Amino acid sequence: MSEPAAPVPESVDLDAERQGSGIDAVLDQLDTELVGLVPVKTRIREIASLLLIDRLRRKLELSAASPTLHMCFTGNPGTGKTTVAQRMADILHRLEYVRVGHVVSVTRDDLVGQYIGHTAPKTKEVIKKAMGGVLFIDEAYYLYRPENERDYGQESIEILLQVMENHRDDLVVILAGYKDRMDKFFQSNPGMRSRIAHHIDFPDYESQELLHIGKLMLAEQNYQFTSEAESVFAEYIERRRQQPHFANARSIRNALDRARFRQAGRLCQQGGQLSRQSLVTIEAQDIRSSRVFD
Amino acid sequence: MITQGTFSFLPALSNEQILKQLKYCIDHGWAVNVEYTDDPHPRNTYWEMWGLPMFDLRDPAGILMEINACRKTHPETYIRVSAFDNTKGWESIRLSFIVNRPSVERQYRLERTEVASRQQRYAIR
Repeated sequence: MSEPAAPVPESVDLDAERQGSGIDAVLDQLDTELVGLVPVKTRIREIASLLLIDRLRRKLELSAASPTLHMCFTGNPGTGKTTVAQRMADILHRLEYVRVGHVVSVTRDDLVGQYIGHTAPKTKEVIKKAMGGVLFIDEAYYLYRPENERDYGQESIEILLQVMENHRDDLVVILAGYKDRMDKFFQSNPGMRSRIAHHIDFPDYESQELLHIGKLMLAEQNYQFTSEAESVFAEYIERRRQQPHFANARSIRNALDRARFRQAGRLCQQGGQLSRQSLVTIEAQDIRSSRVFD
Repeated sequence: MITQGTFSFLPALSNEQILKQLKYCIDHGWAVNVEYTDDPHPRNTYWEMWGLPMFDLRDPAGILMEINACRKTHPETYIRVSAFDNTKGWESIRLSFIVNRPSVERQYRLERTEVASRQQRYAIR
């Protein structure tokens, strides 16, 4: 005697499913906390929608192979690749695509061994740790070193490829790196390119966006600009962008850190009673003394 | 049929059941080992290790991957999974179960030998 199977429903409630997964909260958080990055956000929304619809389809017993979600993030330094990877894990976890939703962030050193027979166990160990979550490989192009034919990076790539194909349900691999070098990497590893479904390019930030990011960073650390300091900082951003080695949000963070040092130095020299207001305020002079203004 | 460790009187565990047991181990923070041997004598406690013990895993899929690799390389051996608890006061294996058996299993029997003064000596052969 077998129990009669529950009848397959004729329709499903998208809104209920949406609320149940709590995906909107993560996407909204992504919108408010990450400034700019419109193409990235659109792409993530697309992926989220597909996974949501997939879940509904499964309820109606419409089977479909689970999509490949390996990704490649390219972009200049400081454009938020790592931050988005963290969020991605959260999103995929809420949509029940990955079981645990943690991020294991590695570079070449963690994957490639130093002598024959060292690489495979090392790579496999990292992969095992990342299962159920996201494996984030930063500066992935270092894995492949064409100038040294005895380099063990290739072995690591082969193991990764195999796992990316056979354990699609168990982990999502995200590669990240600068655009031009990633392109070169894919040219020499076409297998890698075809196994990655989503190539997402992170654009550079506009000056206005950088200012916004700077203010968010300050607010997070309980600091604030005076209105004069804010306009000086806007000018600082303009000037800094022209200089070499500009690393988007990372440069902004460094500039703010230095401004905090200068503020602390100024307060120490001044001495005496300090108000709460003076402790949280970054003045124009704290920024203007940067060498960018020389 | 060899019975040792947990679940050994039950029919062989399916992969889904193994995954659930492994998840239980991981959630308790135990380090999981895969071991194999062709000599399942109860006195043989030291089985060969398949790879290194697995620490700091978050999901059991990686362990199943190792179990399957071991099954492929050593299909005609006993393979067991053991979970080691390193918390103070335990510091020993907390759970161990067999995940693979050879197609033909060895039989063991208890042998008694009478020695001086009607003493009995026992051996498992």
